[in-house]
Amino acid sequence: MAALTQRERLAIPRQEMPTQDPQVRRTNFNEVALGFSQELALREADRCLQCAVPHCVEGCPVGVLIPQFIKALREGDLTGAVAAMKVKNGLPAICGRVCPQETQCEARCVLGKKGEPVAIGRLERFVGDFELAGRTCPLVRTPSTGKRVAIVGSGPAGLTCAVEMGRLGHQVVIFESLHKAGGVLTYGIPEFRLPKSVVNGEIDYAMECLGIEIRTDHIIGRTLTMRELLSEFDAVFIGSGAGLPSFMNIPGINYNGVMSANEFLTRVNLMKGYQFPEYDTPVKVGKRVAVIGAGNVAMDAARCSLRLQALRAAQSGEEAGEVHIVYRRSHEEVPARAEEVHHAEEEGVIFDFLTNPVEILGTEKGQVCGMRCIRMALGEPDSSGRRRPVPIEGSEFEMEVDTVIMALGTSPNPLVFVDAEELERTRHGTVVADAATMRTRMARVWAGGDVVTGAATVVSAMGAGKVAAADMQRYLEHGGEW
Amino acid sequence: MYRILEKQVLSDVTKLMVVEAPQVARKARAGQFVIVINDEHGERIPLTIADFDREAGTITLIFQEVGKSTMQMGAKEVGDTFLTVAGPLGHPTEIEQYGTVACVGGGVGIAPLYPIARALHQAGNHVISIIGARTQSLLFWEDKMAAVSDEMIVCTDDGSYKRKALVTEPLKELLEARGGEIARVWAIGPAIMMKFVSLTTKPYQVPTIVSLNTIMIDGTGMCGGCRVLLEEGAQFVCVDGPEFDGHKVNWDNLLARQAFYREEERAAVERWQHECRLDKVLEGGA
Repeated sequence: MAALTQRERLAIPRQEMPTQDPQVRRTNFNEVALGFSQELALREADRCLQCAVPHCVEGCPVGVLIPQFIKALREGDLTGAVAAMKVKNGLPAICGRVCPQETQCEARCVLGKKGEPVAIGRLERFVGDFELAGRTCPLVRTPSTGKRVAIVGSGPAGLTCAVEMGRLGHQVVIFESLHKAGGVLTYGIPEFRLPKSVVNGEIDYAMECLGIEIRTDHIIGRTLTMRELLSEFDAVFIGSGAGLPSFMNIPGINYNGVMSANEFLTRVNLMKGYQFPEYDTPVKVGKRVAVIGAGNVAMDAARCSLRLQALRAAQSGEEAGEVHIVYRRSHEEVPARAEEVHHAEEEGVIFDFLTNPVEILGTEKGQVCGMRCIRMALGEPDSSGRRRPVPIEGSEFEMEVDTVIMALGTSPNPLVFVDAEELERTRHGTVVADAATMRTRMARVWAGGDVVTGAATVVSAMGAGKVAAADMQRYLEHGGEW
Repeated sequence: MYRILEKQVLSDVTKLMVVEAPQVARKARAGQFVIVINDEHGERIPLTIADFDREAGTITLIFQEVGKSTMQMGAKEVGDTFLTVAGPLGHPTEIEQYGTVACVGGGVGIAPLYPIARALHQAGNHVISIIGARTQSLLFWEDKMAAVSDEMIVCTDDGSYKRKALVTEPLKELLEARGGEIARVWAIGPAIMMKFVSLTTKPYQVPTIVSLNTIMIDGTGMCGGCRVLLEEGAQFVCVDGPEFDGHKVNWDNLLARQAFYREEERAAVERWQHECRLDKVLEGGA
């Protein structure tokens, strides 16, 4: 078959991702996006123009060889596509699902200038899933260097740094505080966006190939300290994330039914609370749930709440209830990915914009029963460039709710800094690290991901893990001043 | 995997287990806790460390079977394992030479109180221990507590053993008689007991340290489910505690929060007991 002409490629529409119907999926925890079939994937791959200067790659924090993997894919060489993918990214099935491609690679795609960009993320996922099932192209480790590298945290930053250092022949040990690996991929992102079988499958595969050991139940700062790690390892990378939840400073936050999104999502995802009593950890939401905040975590919490309500309704025969997102700014300023907001809307989450809680109300027994809120208006832009929300005087009103989930952002867990005073930190509690090398102020210690930036994305954390690994390798080979 | 090396039945519902966990034993200090998970389906259970042996690499856990997870723990035998024993977590007790101190332990709270009393005793304090339980069969470690105490009072709520009293009664007498002498009080036991110990000591202005065991998941500051209201605002039991100034704790809020999952706990226990009965029937039939 002759190759397509450019005109023919341009004529192919962007292939839609098959998804579960919104009315069905809001009642289960199965994955929403079902993935491309091979036919859809090849058709989408045919849209790529193979630009001489591929801007898409510039948009990728880990620099995936996008034109190369797409070329192999459309030639039907799936193993070749995996091989091209793995040059830069050891975790494609995860990235293909959770990267904000619309602001990264796909935002730079030349096709996006006039029409719709190539669905790079969907293709990445297709290639990742193919490899997860077939294991055709294992990561390879170069001969052992005899150097030992410790990684603190098994989330996206730590895993990426571990994979890079493992490939280079170093002996890598990852220390994870929880009982399961994956960090936010495991405790934070719900099953319906990122199935845990994908997370475990991709991590296990990479760790097996590279002989990387994951020691769970190790809390750095308590079980072991940074100083102890440095006495046993040649280099240490901190990718401990931003795990500390924030609560609003308003009255009533300790009523029963008020929780952090971290607690709620950990109960649901890590502990499988939605399968209680099959699993021992309970999780419950009432009939009127308010999620405060409008980031990706808020969308996850809202969509998990809908599903828990539906599961309960199916058992009891009662009405499911309502889930509200309460956000002090307007639709335009919503920080969550457009796709997540769209999915939440489709599933029936109600958005209350320009609304801010000022007090949580409770019953005599200590159970939350409502929120006193105030309407907001948008004023002048603040330091973040977004228009500052200003309370409208006299606009207070009460909202009936029985569950309040606070999704207001997170900050780094300070435990890791116990006995490591040299690790300089900002006033936000994040670690100071050089952007070009990810070196901290403590010798032989690198850091990256949310612990440095504050809560951000999975792939930016992976990018930081990669940058740190490159500099760590230079340091292990050549030494030099810190 | 963390192996159980020794098991003692302290009462029908109170079990002691010595568990292999060298990385925890190496660091453990009085007042700290661990997170234990039974198996793949298990929840994360916070338990205060009752004792530890750095050389043997073991820690001692004592727990009361109050819910499904602790019942399942109690059904384990020597040689069985836990999926997780993670720690040591929380701040250790601040041990100094205070002079004369009182250690008040109620029920299963006697277990975490013991290493604190021992450390205080070793630091040269005059330790007065008051231990109590609902009834005689729930009392344990009287001998161990006696060995690290300079004075000791034992009581039971129902009078089935030694003095018939709640622990707050001898405590009040002690404060009344020798109030100026007592520099500090530690109280560990059910929340309601710690509340009343704090209320008892407050008029005498004796600093009172309580060790809280609230609902939590990770134990590392991540979920915030354990938050407790103090005079100065909310704090996390797992990373800011587990020990707090008992006079500053909002006890009513703490008690309400502990009851949040009561219905679910009851359902889980029923299910567990039903499964156990089925197992017995099946074993009998085989």
